Amino acid sequence: MANDNDTTTGRELYGYLAEFSVPGDLLDAAEKVRDAGYENWDCHTPFPLHGLDHAMGVKGTKLPLIVLVGGLAGLTLAGLMQWWMNAVDYPFMISGKPYFGVPAAVPVMFELTVLLSALTTFFGMWGLNKLPQHHHPLFNSTRFKRATADRFFISIEARDPRFHLEKTRELLESLNPDALETVED
Amino acid sequence: MAHQHRDASILERTRLTLDGAHKRIVVVGAVLAVAGLGASWVLGQGEGDGMRHFWFAYLLNFMFLLSLSLGALWFVPLQHLTRSEWSVVIRRIAEIVSGTIPALGLLSIPLLLNLDHVYPWTDAAHMEHSPLLAHKAVFLSPKWFIVRVAVYFTIWTALATLFRRWSLKQDESGDVAYTLRSEKLAGAALIIYGLTQTLAGMDFMMSLDPVWFSTMFGVYWFAGIVVSFFSLMLLLTLGLQRSGRLEGLVTKEHYNDYGRAMFAFVFFWAYIAFSQWMLIWYANIPEETMWFLKRQENGWSTVGYILIFCHWLIPFAGLMSRFTKRRVPLMAFWAVWILVMHWIDLFWLIMPELSPGGVPLRPVDVTLLIGMSGVFIVALGLLAGNRLLIARRDPRLVDSLNFENY
Repeated sequence: MANDNDTTTGRELYGYLAEFSVPGDLLDAAEKVRDAGYENWDCHTPFPLHGLDHAMGVKGTKLPLIVLVGGLAGLTLAGLMQWWMNAVDYPFMISGKPYFGVPAAVPVMFELTVLLSALTTFFGMWGLNKLPQHHHPLFNSTRFKRATADRFFISIEARDPRFHLEKTRELLESLNPDALETVED
Repeated sequence: MAHQHRDASILERTRLTLDGAHKRIVVVGAVLAVAGLGASWVLGQGEGDGMRHFWFAYLLNFMFLLSLSLGALWFVPLQHLTRSEWSVVIRRIAEIVSGTIPALGLLSIPLLLNLDHVYPWTDAAHMEHSPLLAHKAVFLSPKWFIVRVAVYFTIWTALATLFRRWSLKQDESGDVAYTLRSEKLAGAALIIYGLTQTLAGMDFMMSLDPVWFSTMFGVYWFAGIVVSFFSLMLLLTLGLQRSGRLEGLVTKEHYNDYGRAMFAFVFFWAYIAFSQWMLIWYANIPEETMWFLKRQENGWSTVGYILIFCHWLIPFAGLMSRFTKRRVPLMAFWAVWILVMHWIDLFWLIMPELSPGGVPLRPVDVTLLIGMSGVFIVALGLLAGNRLLIARRDPRLVDSLNFENY
């Protein structure tokens, strides 16, 4: 293949990187890689590509469950905090209301539920995506820079149990990429 | 390939009109109307309270149907204002529902002729001698009430007719100018809608207790309007599809959006309901708290708890997951549930003024619902007619057909 030159200086093999110039080709290719049973692989696109989740066979995220726990923690925390502050630690009568009036506590309970849900959503997403990462082997590829502009990539990692130096290359070549290269780290 | 682009040719593969079924719908509606209203009249007389319960129940069911109609009148301009793509395939159904406004105007006439059965402010002497009411006497007088209701229905009818007519005209010519014109009117229409809907809610329901006031009352009713409207839309869409119409045009993705709106506005309703209640509880001013006190005694608190759990907590939990929103039969269940809850919500708003001493649920409440819904169904049948049930030549139709949630 014409674009077979490796651009990296290389110590350890990270995997293969295939480049496509049309989003539709990437979707077709992703379906084939999915059907071949690979697990440690990914697609890289300059913008969100509708249908890619399905084409990659990405399973539903665990994030909602994490957020549920965060939200309930916020709710409980807000209730306990107000009860302890107003009714236990420093009982203070305000306009004849009970020391711990649930209606008066609801706004803060609501806000803390929302706040902790939002924070767990944000940082839970970081955690699930293993962020922040200061370096990624794919950055060693010069071609990969165009993943943020106008090119679409599939990377298959060498640590995938199905990874095979020849067979994986054959699979990727059969998808007719514009370029195919190995990436090392 | 999983990713198929759907073009307008799939419209050829399904039925796009009622195909004569509108005649059956009109007949069924008329039978329900005659039977329901007739039975209600007899049952109302049987109450032996000089038709007081009858007219309260009439107001209740009138507000219920007006909610559905006004929901559509809010939805249609909103879609134009936001240049929405997802809703194009179902917008015609909403246009038909909004077209029932004049029928509701017609239904308001018997009520306007019997205001003294329902509203205490019709007693002019009482208004003038109460220091809390004297300054409201001009506003809350039968004459001005009737003028205001006439203005509301004129404005609403005009708006509903314009959007619907322009959309129908586009079916013939395919002229994009109709879309642009609708988009231009939409902003003003929503402002006018917001003002008139708020005032109408205050006039029809808040003024049942002329002393009481709450600036959140209009929004509270609006929350109920939206959540019950989306439920109705889901059921109407499903009904049309089950009878072999719009098949393949409205997909799971569109139902998913109905579900989202229902979920969001179930919570919005609770948010508004709680805010209104908490502010009044906290300030503790007698002329404000008495309205809630009435609704927390003599069995009415049970209705209040039903609302907290069944209008908010249970559907909130039930509608939360995407799994549910993408299963249409399950969503149909929730749609019916929410419609029933909106009816109970209005019951809780209106009926304590008739009977603070106990919950007055009577057969006439339900027979009136049947009878007045009959009128509503006749209007729907006539409006749908044999015309297209989809805005076939809307410039965003193909985008709508291909709409997907991510």
